[in-house]
Amino acid sequence: MMDGGAHTHRATAAWDSSSLPVPVDHLRSMRAESPTPGLVEGTEPGAGQRSTMFIHAQSFEDLTAEAEEEALRAADTAGEECAAEELKALIEEKNIQEQHKNHLSTEARTREEDVSSDAWRSHKKHVFVLSEAGKPIYTRYGTEEALSSTMGVMMALVSFVEAEKNIIRSIHTDGCKVVFLTRSPLVLVGMSQCCRSDKELLRELNYIYYQIVSLLTLTQLNHIFQHKQNYDLRRLLAGSEYLTDSLLQRLDRDPGLLLSAVTCLPLSSNARDVVSSSLQAAKSKSLVFSILLAGNQLVALVRKKDQFLHHIDLHLVFNLVCSSSSFREGEGWTPICLPKFNTAGFFHAHISYLEPASELCLILVSTDREDFFNMSDCKRRFLERLSVRSAYQALKEALKCPSYSVDQVGIPELRHFLYKSKSSRLYTSPEFPEVYQSYEEQERLMVLYQDLHSCVTHPTRPLHSFYRCGETENLLARVTSGFELYLCFTPLSTKAMAVSAVTKLLKWIRKEEDRLFILSPLTY
Amino acid sequence: MGEPFLRVTAETQDHDASRRRPVQTLRVKMVLLGSSGVGKSSLALRFGKDQFRSTSPTVGCAYLTRMVHLSDVSLRFEIWDTAGQETYHSVTPLYYRGAHTALLVYDISRRETFVRAQLWLKELEKQYIPGSTVIWLIGNKGDLSEDRQVTEQEGRILADERNLFFTETSALSGDQVTELLLMIAHRVNEHMGAQQGGLSEWRGTSCVDLHQNNNIKPFNTCCKM
Ligand SMILES: Nc1nc2c(ncn2[C@@H]2O[C@H](COP(=O)(O)OP(=O)(O)O)[C@@H](O)[C@H]2O)c(=O)[nH]1
Ligand SMILES: [Mg+2]
Repeated sequence: MMDGGAHTHRATAAWDSSSLPVPVDHLRSMRAESPTPGLVEGTEPGAGQRSTMFIHAQSFEDLTAEAEEEALRAADTAGEECAAEELKALIEEKNIQEQHKNHLSTEARTREEDVSSDAWRSHKKHVFVLSEAGKPIYTRYGTEEALSSTMGVMMALVSFVEAEKNIIRSIHTDGCKVVFLTRSPLVLVGMSQCCRSDKELLRELNYIYYQIVSLLTLTQLNHIFQHKQNYDLRRLLAGSEYLTDSLLQRLDRDPGLLLSAVTCLPLSSNARDVVSSSLQAAKSKSLVFSILLAGNQLVALVRKKDQFLHHIDLHLVFNLVCSSSSFREGEGWTPICLPKFNTAGFFHAHISYLEPASELCLILVSTDREDFFNMSDCKRRFLERLSVRSAYQALKEALKCPSYSVDQVGIPELRHFLYKSKSSRLYTSPEFPEVYQSYEEQERLMVLYQDLHSCVTHPTRPLHSFYRCGETENLLARVTSGFELYLCFTPLSTKAMAVSAVTKLLKWIRKEEDRLFILSPLTY
Repeated sequence: MGEPFLRVTAETQDHDASRRRPVQTLRVKMVLLGSSGVGKSSLALRFGKDQFRSTSPTVGCAYLTRMVHLSDVSLRFEIWDTAGQETYHSVTPLYYRGAHTALLVYDISRRETFVRAQLWLKELEKQYIPGSTVIWLIGNKGDLSEDRQVTEQEGRILADERNLFFTETSALSGDQVTELLLMIAHRVNEHMGAQQGGLSEWRGTSCVDLHQNNNIKPFNTCCKM
């Protein structure tokens, strides 16, 4: 069966369109049927009040992509025709299992999949990258031999895709879903045995595409394949495969990639302001972004006025820094393409840890490849300010508890949640509780969140509230124009509890927002 | 080699030393070239911190410094450790341009890296101004002698032919690493040191000590109790 999403190929950033916010009118009509009509745009904590709460609402947005989205939104609204009954059926609560899968992807109805936890655990997701000439570029699992056995199939599939370019296709067979993404000069193929929607797989393939572009630039990629169609790109990517490997792992584990958002190190707003202003003061002509990371969390980001960093680019930076132990020695200086910013050129990033054993890593993104010593000096000035204003100590204290327990919220049946503010593209989430301590359990929960995410961001039939009972946990997703919220409850909780938890949680987040989010990002 | 009057100290311990001995400090740009995985970063880490640690492949390039004190002068080695991957080849010339010394590293247990080193040499010679760069051929992983694919003799012959210096090292065991750095320091100093005026003087920017200000105990500074 094929799934030719006509809207998905129109934009260059195809997948963004599929995670579109619901068209406003559409949303209004849905809200009327909403089980909790009280939660309207602009009144819920952390969302909607763009002008006050998130002053620099677009800190992490790619403005051009937004314009694209806007255009698509307009185009799509016209084409959207959902039968009223169908819509109603979707808004109704679902019990887990069969029902839920049926609407996740209507195209996949034939699939009979066991979603028992054993199946989740053993699920394997394959990712292949090929050139348009069919040359293998990357495979997640296996070796040359393993790849060569599937080569015949892959070649056939590639030409199959080529025959009808422009259209993203997917193939659904028993228990397996294959999704194609052609982003010339590359073809990406994802295979998943779990019941993810095409959209989630496409999102992941796009990340992989951007990862490769960030190493080489699209200009260079095109140039290579224009000159030599048969080029073996593995030569150029040799030694960088680990970046793609770790990105794929992140895609399974990091809620930020799912939510298209970034999480912050919890830090008092005073300390954060000092860090931000110290970064701001340590500026230089060629400097575009100054980013301070603590592991997978953002501490501060200062950008050149009028320059915006896209969350995808920031995730690529996270991936690069967190998966490369080599930055621990000395100062790194590397060309990096930030594909959502500009696929044509390299920035040059100065990457170094504040101290050899510290979690704090400073990334200074410059436009000038000759500017290493200038960047090095910016870092020195930043550190000077930071220690003069004794914010470094506060920062180190904050690093001792980089996360918080869900108990702090005071909702006994709540186990875990993801909360994303749409306007700031920042999200917050507590640490995993006892029951989700193992990687397997965490990944299982992530897959559940992914399913919820698919439902509430469905390109044509998004739900704005979705409750799901399961044997091991109950889940609730709630989406408004300002935020996305995913909650995980004990299996003994009721729906009424879940609904009242939302209000309570939003109140708590509002109270803690100073600490959990970057509310006043700076520019230089 | 006159070992007794040579000292190598890590830069962090250098403050006192330079105060005691008001000798000139000259900047030396050093670049490490060679295939991926031959041990360039490991050598750089030995040079910089005298440690050995396995890390992920270098991304772009890494910069470290190391102070070497000779009897009449101090040399501040500014070490550019490049990535061997082809991904970064387009930017590598940036790092070896103007280098005072280039280290061409290969892995004695992988012949192709020896061949590759010769290609690097060709690259380098395009930029090379005789007398302005001390080029050193280095056969690393000397500890893997049972897997050796390039004999010491071969390395030495190539070096002689092309007028390079040659050493076999082991970044893993540290064998010959300090010695190598001292030899390089001498050669660089001879070829382009103070007398020759090939090196610029280093006027250091003070290092920031992150703990300096945090450790101030208000009472300790004025009176001991
Ligand atoms: N046995 C042995 N292994 C080494 C030596 N030097 C480096 N290695 C290992 O070789 C691999 C590549 O080293 P690395 O310094 O990253 O190489 P680079 O790519 O040239 O920078 C790592 O696993 C190191 O631990 C050595 O002298 N002996
Ligand atoms: Mg290296």
